[in-house]
Amino acid sequence: MKQDNAVFDQVLKADPEQFLKEWLSEVGRSGNASAGAGATGLADARELLGALAAAVAADADLKNLQDAAWARTRSVLAALSQSRAAQGASAGDTSYFVMALKRPLFIGLDKHLGSDPKAAFDAAWTGTVLIDQLAQFTASTYQRMREDVIARQQQELLELSTPVVKLWDGVLAVPMIGTLDSSRTQLVMETLLTRIVETGSELAIIDITGVPTVDTLVAQHLLKTVTAIRLMGADAIISGIRPQIAQTIVHLGIDLQGITTKASLADALQLAMKKAGYTITRSKA
Amino acid sequence: MERIPILRMGRALLVTIQIDLQDQVALQLQDDLSAQIERTGAKGVLIDISALEIVDSFVGRMLASISGIARVLDATTVVVGMQPAVAITLVELGLSLEGVRTALNVERGMQLLTAGFDADDGIQRDD
Amino acid sequence: MPMTGSSVTTEPTTGSMPLQGERDIVMCRQMVRRLTQQAKFSLVDQTKLITAASELSRNTVVYGGGGEMRWEIVQEGLRTGLRLAFEDKGPGIPDVDLALTDGWTSGSGMGVGLSGSRRLVNDFDLRTEVGVGTCVTVARWK
Repeated sequence: MKQDNAVFDQVLKADPEQFLKEWLSEVGRSGNASAGAGATGLADARELLGALAAAVAADADLKNLQDAAWARTRSVLAALSQSRAAQGASAGDTSYFVMALKRPLFIGLDKHLGSDPKAAFDAAWTGTVLIDQLAQFTASTYQRMREDVIARQQQELLELSTPVVKLWDGVLAVPMIGTLDSSRTQLVMETLLTRIVETGSELAIIDITGVPTVDTLVAQHLLKTVTAIRLMGADAIISGIRPQIAQTIVHLGIDLQGITTKASLADALQLAMKKAGYTITRSKA
Repeated sequence: MERIPILRMGRALLVTIQIDLQDQVALQLQDDLSAQIERTGAKGVLIDISALEIVDSFVGRMLASISGIARVLDATTVVVGMQPAVAITLVELGLSLEGVRTALNVERGMQLLTAGFDADDGIQRDD
Repeated sequence: MPMTGSSVTTEPTTGSMPLQGERDIVMCRQMVRRLTQQAKFSLVDQTKLITAASELSRNTVVYGGGGEMRWEIVQEGLRTGLRLAFEDKGPGIPDVDLALTDGWTSGSGMGVGLSGSRRLVNDFDLRTEVGVGTCVTVARWK
């Protein structure tokens, strides 16, 4: 074992229960419950201590957390991040939990190297650099996980706000509500196209009654969507064109490239049924 | 080098593209199809691209060429099964695939072709 | 969260591959597919970048007389991206503006390859010098 590692090995193994006690009391000192000084905190600390001790004994490079010998430690830290994030703890508190390690470590180093100030200083420096890396790793893992959660929630929100409904055999409808930005349109495109393939529907009605304004950009998005639908072998009708929107379209000189447009969803459905070869008769009541 | 097999089904030729097409293979397919249309007198060509995850301008041009050549040889071409991600990308790429008929799947594609054959034969079905 | 043992080999976050012949265009597509999957891009984003790579690698092979593709999975702050550079020591592009105009209908050599690729990516950089070579660098961010 390398000399530096040997010192840390001794400190970590000298009296684990005392080490853990000092660690958690330091955590408790922050006064914040989410830092985890309770029962789960003890279990977490014990596991982390175990992983650290094993890595140090395996001659892990104390200056580089990317060293393969730290793999289990990293994995424990990641799991810690995840469980804390799930419990709603903040990134700061989660990394503070790791930083609090310094106290028992320094106490231990002082005990072992107290008689040699230079050695003690060097070891303390190595220790602080190492623990900072551990804390940094914990914080960035936490961050990444939060981002994943947020991204997933955003996606769900977008999906909820653009439902694709089956109006009839072979006819799908998508009511667009709110402003049509590019990420919104992208999602609608993807969802609609996927549903078209899944249901084998040859006609999609895109209803823009709920879209406040149509400018060149919005029109471009709509056109792209319809072009993609046609490329796949289906077709689309745009419905819900209010008079003001019709005026804007003409005024801006937007070329709708032969896409059929209808004022209302009802009109669009009627046309869709006709195109699909249906005749609707009403039996007298 | 791979060679895409061409199947015959009545008056139509069926091609299913399931591999990542090397440029030469695509060109070979073009040649093979043209030869087959001529040889068999096929009136329709159905190209199934449902397994193609990437359609770039080269493949797009190949599809358009096949369409054009088939038309000259008095045959209709239908390309079926385009994946949504592919359609979205083609639109962004700016490839219009003009002159290429498409259908959602093999079933629809065959319906289209068969209707065409019947029309040619002067048959009208009341389905 | 800890990764379970996986049988898929991961690609290094940076590397390069030769683009000398047609087969390399296919290899390039497959490499970019593995990289975009590794970086966990959405299916549509994967498709766009792989298609762009197909266009650009073909340009390198067919018009650039061969060259190489370099890749790098980049981390810029909170976002992850994949950067690809297509470089050749070929004739270079004399009229960049023309090359970047959609050439599909006019039937010019590069067609929509170059201009179309630009629309498929977030970052696009073209460096070229007649008689020296060309380097197109593109990137897509998650």
